Amino acid sequence: MNIKELTKGLFKENPTFIIMLGMCPTLGVTTQVINALGMGAGVLFVLFFSNILISALKNIIPNSIRIPCYIVIIASFVTIVEMVLHAFAPSIYSALGVYLPLIVVNCIILGRAEAFANKNSIVDSALDAIGMGVGFTMSLTLIALIREVFGSGTITLFAIGNFNGVLKIPVLYQWPVRVISLAAGALLLMGYLKAFFQWFSEKKKGVAK
Amino acid sequence: MSYLAIFLTYVFINNFILVQFLGLCPFIGVSKNSESAIGMGLAVTFVTGVTSVMCWLVYHGILLPLGLEYLKTISFILVIAALVQLVEMVIRKISPSLYKALGIFLPLITTNCIVLGIAIINITENYNILESFVSGISAGLGFTLAIILMSNIREKLELTPVRRVFKEVPIAFISAGLMALAFMAFDKGLLTNLGLV
Repeated sequence: MNIKELTKGLFKENPTFIIMLGMCPTLGVTTQVINALGMGAGVLFVLFFSNILISALKNIIPNSIRIPCYIVIIASFVTIVEMVLHAFAPSIYSALGVYLPLIVVNCIILGRAEAFANKNSIVDSALDAIGMGVGFTMSLTLIALIREVFGSGTITLFAIGNFNGVLKIPVLYQWPVRVISLAAGALLLMGYLKAFFQWFSEKKKGVAK
Repeated sequence: MSYLAIFLTYVFINNFILVQFLGLCPFIGVSKNSESAIGMGLAVTFVTGVTSVMCWLVYHGILLPLGLEYLKTISFILVIAALVQLVEMVIRKISPSLYKALGIFLPLITTNCIVLGIAIINITENYNILESFVSGISAGLGFTLAIILMSNIREKLELTPVRRVFKEVPIAFISAGLMALAFMAFDKGLLTNLGLV
């Protein structure tokens, strides 16, 4: 067991900002914070179980057909997530729409299976999956937070009791910067965030020297 | 919806890259020069066209009569993976020159979100088989249009001074964002004005 496998996904090898995998859902579902959290939880679940299963089966799956095998394993877990969300959280299910079945082709999951789970022990693979999944959720939430706060002046969370789950931000709610919540704004924001992370990691490297 | 309306929807109004963000990985990864961008675009268009029809047939011919709709994600991805493999083998046999041009892109296409995305959208939008084919081809053409425009922009960017932290990927995203702003001019109103809805 190696605790480094758990923490590397959070910052050093953050799937969204550093390795740049799984871009489609990252930009597609981040119009509201709750959708980002739902997507992150879905990916975390699928990643966790597929990493464990692939790591457990790594000596049984023939090398030449490993990719189709991985895809079938991943697709089975995605189907479970789809059915569970459809039954218990229909509003998130419809908000995620086509991006939910598309978790199957999310490069993060196949990428971790290929790069990590088929070479490492079950426990390490599970830790790797948790780290990567949480890192993915964090970056998704960050993007969603920026887009929702500036784009529509709200923060949408879970509805609890009388609270309907929507926080309104005074000035921005009246005059939102609409473009940030649109497609173009997502791409622009992603570009600037990526540049920021590049600048940040370069600066950190400079300090380390 | 008429076929022209479907075509316009997926090429311009709901462009898969610039509006729906499907297929961003190859869009950023393969758009460094225009030659490979065209190759990737054509390969994707071909595969989306064929898989749209195949997935429609699998869904309406096998899954629906047996009441197994919930298996659509698994069966579609299997159909796509098998088909891409088949296309690769057929092209290698029939036309080695075409294989040389498209070959390296074909394995990448299996995990291209557009292919699975359009197959699922065809089902949720209740298209018939011909409409599915048209939407598949249009989705691929929309991707081709976006990736060719992008590769030309990036070739120009190579010669332009760009701040070091913005080099490569960040500037590509920002260019794509500006392109998406331009594509916002195409909206549902276009279809209404043309009298297609």
